[in-house]
Amino acid sequence: MAKTHVSTTINNEPVEFLCEPNQTLLDCLRNELQMTGTKEGCSTGDCGACSVTVNGRLVCSCLVFGVEAEGQNIGTIEGIGKAENLHVIQQKFLEHAALQCGICTPGLIVATEALLAENPDPTEAEARYYLAGNLCRCTGYDKIIRAVMDSAAEMRGTA
Amino acid sequence: MSEVKDYKYIGQRTIRPDGFDKVTGRANFGADLTLPGMLWARVKRSPYAHARIIDIDTSKAEALAGVMAVATAADFPAIASETLQMGETSADIRDLARNNLALEKVLYHGHAVAAVAAVSQTIADQAVELIEVEYAELTPVMDVLEAIKDDAPILHDDLFTAGLAETPETPSNIAMRMELKKGDIDAGFAEADVIVEREYQTPTVHQGYIEPHACTVRYDEDGQSMIWCCTQGHFDVRASTAKILNMELSKIKVIASEIGGGFGGKTTIYLEPVALVLSKKSGRPVKLVMNREEVFRASGPGSATRSWIKVGARKDGTITAMQGILHYEAGAFKGSPMAPGVMCVFTPYDVANVHIEGFDVVVNKPKVAAYRAPGAPQAEFAAESAINELADKLDMDPIELRLKNAAKEGTQAIYGPKFKAIGLVECLEAAKNSAHYKSPLGKNQGRSIAAGFWFNAGMSSSVVINMNPDGTVVVVEGSPDIGGSRASMAMMAAEELGIAVEKIKPIIADTDGVGLNSTTGGSRTTFATGMAIIEAAQDVVKQMKERAAAVWNVTLDQVDWVDGVAVNTADEARLSAAEICAAAGSTGGPISARASLTARGAGPSFAVHVADVEVDPDTGKVDVIRYTAIQDAGKAIHPGYVEGQYQGGAAQGIGWALNEEYIYDENGVLENAGYLDYRIPLASDLPMIETVIVEVPNPFHPYGVRGVGESSIIPPLAAVSSAVSNAIGVRMSELPCSPPRVLKAIQSRDN
Repeated sequence: MAKTHVSTTINNEPVEFLCEPNQTLLDCLRNELQMTGTKEGCSTGDCGACSVTVNGRLVCSCLVFGVEAEGQNIGTIEGIGKAENLHVIQQKFLEHAALQCGICTPGLIVATEALLAENPDPTEAEARYYLAGNLCRCTGYDKIIRAVMDSAAEMRGTA
Repeated sequence: MSEVKDYKYIGQRTIRPDGFDKVTGRANFGADLTLPGMLWARVKRSPYAHARIIDIDTSKAEALAGVMAVATAADFPAIASETLQMGETSADIRDLARNNLALEKVLYHGHAVAAVAAVSQTIADQAVELIEVEYAELTPVMDVLEAIKDDAPILHDDLFTAGLAETPETPSNIAMRMELKKGDIDAGFAEADVIVEREYQTPTVHQGYIEPHACTVRYDEDGQSMIWCCTQGHFDVRASTAKILNMELSKIKVIASEIGGGFGGKTTIYLEPVALVLSKKSGRPVKLVMNREEVFRASGPGSATRSWIKVGARKDGTITAMQGILHYEAGAFKGSPMAPGVMCVFTPYDVANVHIEGFDVVVNKPKVAAYRAPGAPQAEFAAESAINELADKLDMDPIELRLKNAAKEGTQAIYGPKFKAIGLVECLEAAKNSAHYKSPLGKNQGRSIAAGFWFNAGMSSSVVINMNPDGTVVVVEGSPDIGGSRASMAMMAAEELGIAVEKIKPIIADTDGVGLNSTTGGSRTTFATGMAIIEAAQDVVKQMKERAAAVWNVTLDQVDWVDGVAVNTADEARLSAAEICAAAGSTGGPISARASLTARGAGPSFAVHVADVEVDPDTGKVDVIRYTAIQDAGKAIHPGYVEGQYQGGAAQGIGWALNEEYIYDENGVLENAGYLDYRIPLASDLPMIETVIVEVPNPFHPYGVRGVGESSIIPPLAAVSSAVSNAIGVRMSELPCSPPRVLKAIQSRDN
């Protein structure tokens, strides 16, 4: 199958790649660009492990074709924080022990950043429903929700 | 209880050493490794639940451009039946090989029959479609009670029931019968004023780890084959792969990647020998990853069960007899967790007359794997439901009934040991005294409780501690970290060494890099690997004191070790760990210590959960509105991750109680092989989960640690379903309490 050339922006850096027309954005990120921070849990849009943003909008990258990234601005976990200077959300996930195995964590952090960009002061119920597309099998969500609420408070400056 | 020690690091909420990698996406999981020249593999799977394989024709697939290798069971050497211990459970290695690639028969829909390796995923997918398999369909057996009928279709012509007085002459779907008893069960029931008796049913469920099974392998002719995979036990991956392929252990190196959840499901293998055969045949590295549908259809779920429980008590609540018959589905091959179920089912209670029978039964579903306290949630669901029903009949508070009969120090457990200090009474008291248990309930709401017991075994661990010249520390262990155990390992090393936890780097070495370690399972890691780390760290401290003594020209007893510094008790001279390690080359060589042990004893742990639910009478939907998980940790090394184990187990158990089940059609095809239809709890489904950490120190561990990973999944099944029973006034004995089932119960009540 002839490959398609895609020019896009990922985490504010210009990126080009070749992909087959049926490859998902998730597959392109992981296997064409070696950006394995975005995880595959189901490939059917049910688990949220592959959460990324497209022009700021939260999506499952397994439900987006790689070719659809053309000209768009993609945000992935690799664009959030650095080890020496973590994002508040990342720091709060660590402080609250909001991860156990860690496979859902990149997706949840991407989703939480999108949540707080839309709604800086969510109620617990709003946070729970916004993150309902991100499955975690380890934690029972308690510590994740606490980390999210604490992140929101800190980002608003009310912590 | 032993005296309470004053700890510096133990009990703190430190940041986990692998935390930065996990929150930045840098951590490398099973599917994250790509090697130069790597091929992509795919598995061809059976469209039938039960069929004889007449012929497999791979010629068209092999002819497709870009296909580099095709494998079938014919590529595995013939091996004899042999039992291999894998984690908490054991497996027959011949069955394991046939589960990896079917030979002669397919035994469940999705059973692997062949595999291909190709230069791209697309070509691998196309090649799988070109493999032609001719089958002779057989009638599938999908239910444990159907499977044990005399005229049931037989899955294995060479399976004869073990555990009977006489060896049977005809094959059976019952792989094993087991019995435990004490006292006189008939006399016990004769003494009873009140008896409850009921049948219970639990469905096939999946562990639901978010990361599918995955491996990348490279076969090397010179004997250095490599397997990178997500597993709870890389030494068991090595052992089982070597057995299946008839290789020496030293010729396979298994590297445990980060692991995205396991819950017992990653204590066995599905992909690794297949990928290694493809790599050998193609001469290229091979990556083989399951998709989610394959995980549901063809990895090992948790057993479905049918149980019958009978319990008798005197009017004052003294239980006089407990009897159970437990049937466990093993799936396609023998080996359900029936035995631990039999051993656990009544263990929270000190009762004179007990009789339990268990049956391990094969059916045409995927071979079950361990699932968090394997076998215990199903059995204890039935027993705890019966205890709640008994409390109702006696008009007694269910906590008081349990307190009256609770196992405690000195109780003879039916599975063997006489308990040393255990924390069931303390957990029950904590539940009774909780604000939750005393709070009022509203309309359509119900509350209940349940207890749970798990053994928490020890098994084998090997560790090495290497002191760096700057006084920092590398702890080399071999227990894959599924929930943050590196944090507790670093904390225990810090405590013994007196060195700050941030200066300690725990790593999970590959199978060549550290001595043998049993699988991470059975809640053994913090207990047993922790014990090895404590032992090795004490050796390191001794060596550092010896070096200081030599420098000062004093005897060892004149050197104290205080907060990571050697102190000369005579003249207050001090040498820090960093100073001792920097000079180690000239004082006797680098400082290093190892410990290898098989942990003595276990860490039996009890949990008690309190569940409040609200039932929508119009739809049968159940919401958990308040939940408290109480459990004996012995000693909580990292309270945050201990709470996390309690909460995570509670959430999985709530899913088991309310929603999760494998739904099959009449042909034995799974109808809900995805997260949309096999619905695990979402963030919006659950409330905050309150936790109480009870600490009754385990006398078998230097700090009193008990495993905490498993007991927490046991109580939710009965606590939640009994709460539903209390809310609607109908006893729920069949899981899950999904909306259709609850609505039916409400309607049957109203009619």
